[in-house]
Amino acid sequence: MVDVALQSSRTATAQAGRKRAGLRNALRRKSMSAFLMTLPLILLIAVLVIYPALYSLHLATLNKAMTKFVGFGNFEFLFKRETFWLVVKQSCIFAISAVVFKALIGFIVAHFVHNVPANKQRKWRGMLLVPWVIPPAMSTLAWLWLFDPSYSAFNYTLSFFGLGPIPWTGDAMWARFSVILVNVWYGAPFFMIMYLAALKSVPEQLYEAAAIDGANWWQRIWYVTLPMMRNIIAITTLFSLIVTFANFDIVRILTAGGPLDHTHIFATWAFRVGIEGSDIPLGASVSLFMVPILAVAAIFILRDITKRGNES
Amino acid sequence: MADVSLRKVVKRYDEVEAVRGIDLDIADHEFVVLVGPSGCGKSTTLRMIAGLEDISDGDIMIGGDVVNDVPPKDRDIAMVFQNYALYPHMTVAENMSFGLRLKHYPKAEIKSRVTEAARMLDITDLIDRKPKQLSGGQRQRVAMGRAIVRNPKVFLFDEPLSNLDAKLRVQMRIEIKKVHQKVRTTTVYVTHDQVEAMTLADRVVVMNHGRIEQIGTPNELYHKPATRFVASFIGSPAMNFVPCRLEDVGGKLNVRLTDRLSFPLPPARAARYQGLSRTDKLLLGLRPEHVMEARPHAEPGIEPFDAVLDVTEPMGMETLVYFTLEGSQLCGRVNPNAGAQDGSPLRLAVDLNNMHLLNEVTGAVL
Repeated sequence: MVDVALQSSRTATAQAGRKRAGLRNALRRKSMSAFLMTLPLILLIAVLVIYPALYSLHLATLNKAMTKFVGFGNFEFLFKRETFWLVVKQSCIFAISAVVFKALIGFIVAHFVHNVPANKQRKWRGMLLVPWVIPPAMSTLAWLWLFDPSYSAFNYTLSFFGLGPIPWTGDAMWARFSVILVNVWYGAPFFMIMYLAALKSVPEQLYEAAAIDGANWWQRIWYVTLPMMRNIIAITTLFSLIVTFANFDIVRILTAGGPLDHTHIFATWAFRVGIEGSDIPLGASVSLFMVPILAVAAIFILRDITKRGNES
Repeated sequence: MADVSLRKVVKRYDEVEAVRGIDLDIADHEFVVLVGPSGCGKSTTLRMIAGLEDISDGDIMIGGDVVNDVPPKDRDIAMVFQNYALYPHMTVAENMSFGLRLKHYPKAEIKSRVTEAARMLDITDLIDRKPKQLSGGQRQRVAMGRAIVRNPKVFLFDEPLSNLDAKLRVQMRIEIKKVHQKVRTTTVYVTHDQVEAMTLADRVVVMNHGRIEQIGTPNELYHKPATRFVASFIGSPAMNFVPCRLEDVGGKLNVRLTDRLSFPLPPARAARYQGLSRTDKLLLGLRPEHVMEARPHAEPGIEPFDAVLDVTEPMGMETLVYFTLEGSQLCGRVNPNAGAQDGSPLRLAVDLNNMHLLNEVTGAVL
């Protein structure tokens, strides 16, 4: 009996000792201290991102007066409205075409800048970045004046060629073209600078090897430049897709969603419904709709990156 | 397969002349190495042959055709780069077949050529790997494979072994030589390593300051250098140079190194240098193997002298000894059993049968 008690107390101390050692070891582990050091940032993100996200989820389940839980009621209501599907379509057209053109123009301009002699490159880089560093709310106002139907520089210039006047923001198709144009103008420099950095990281000798192997300029881009830039292209495209999809300021200032809701995208329509229409739960439901669409895009693009990351 | 000719080839970068008028004829099947210190224009010359650099002046001919304005892809050449320049997103097989695929060769032909080259280079097992999964030596083999499958007129190598460690470099050197013996393609090889140049080349082209100093077989360059630059660049440890002048002593021609040290020249050398001025400032050039321990019995042309050793370097089969003679540091190779020790005196001898005499001002070997 005594023996057993002695033994059990011994195991208890041994266990306690092991526990203390375990804590010490855990602290000593690099991953643990790394976690502790990043904890403030994790908390900050939790407060600024996770809380609002959950709150908007909560909002989306309430009725207009925010007094009653309605479950998926807001979503059911949205699905039945034609305007909602118009916004879905327009958001996709807006984001995809704007990103494609931004990427294309950025890629071409990056090549031009890359071939400018190094001493003049800084000047060009700086000038080409200007659209991106001006707050879009300001620059869009300038575009608004340029697009003015009666007094604008665009229509005035076109009149010399016997063209126009073009209803830049008045006609549904032209208005869509205009918001995409401004978004491309604003976003292309970002692509340009990312692609320029990627281009600079492609070793010159790969191009020389390809030239000797018999590749022409197009084959060099297709077989060397693009594969070497794939990750950068994927990440920039994803990033830009998210930002463009969630765009608010350009559309809001240029057309405010008009004419007849034909340029509304998720963010502007959510604002129109939620703030201007005083139906905050419905606005929250609209804005939540961006999440699954962007999540699908993110999964596809990032999966490709990790796959190739593992390969190399 | 083709011969390569360079006629008065010049390369100017703005104000700087990197290559200053080179004439060179490379025969079909020949293995020529361009060697020289960095900045001597050897890589620029190679890149001009490849078509990666424009030619400022002169002509380059491959197989008899002037290719000055022919783009690299139409010159039918293959190049191996210092950092391999393998396409990182392609497998070994894809890397090797890239040039053939661009030229739309039939698939079966591509496969057989790649298999054959991979077998020759012993990389058959690696054919499906990406370059990142390969070691430096394996990557170099793939780069060579990429050149071989194209079956080009000319192989160009731009310091291909510089990124490898010393042991691997020796091994790959032998590989390259074996490959050349098999495929017999005209080869131009650039290196700054004179050992590589000597071991690989049929003929070595020594370059300095954008000019050719001397062209010759490895043995010619070693034993009959034309200039001081070639004499000092080829051979390791480098040739010793001691200021000297000629003098007549009792009807015999002597070479005087210091006030106390003067050696009579062996008859053959005396006859050769008889006509030189006795007042000219000259340099006596002696390879380290011609400065050895003194032997008890006198041999013609081998003259003993006493030296105090500064440093000794035992290499196993020989010991390198360093000593100072009138302000110039000299290196000798002695038998490891000769008793050479740091700071101790040793009786050495110079072999004047293998001496070189240089003009100190012009650097020309007389």
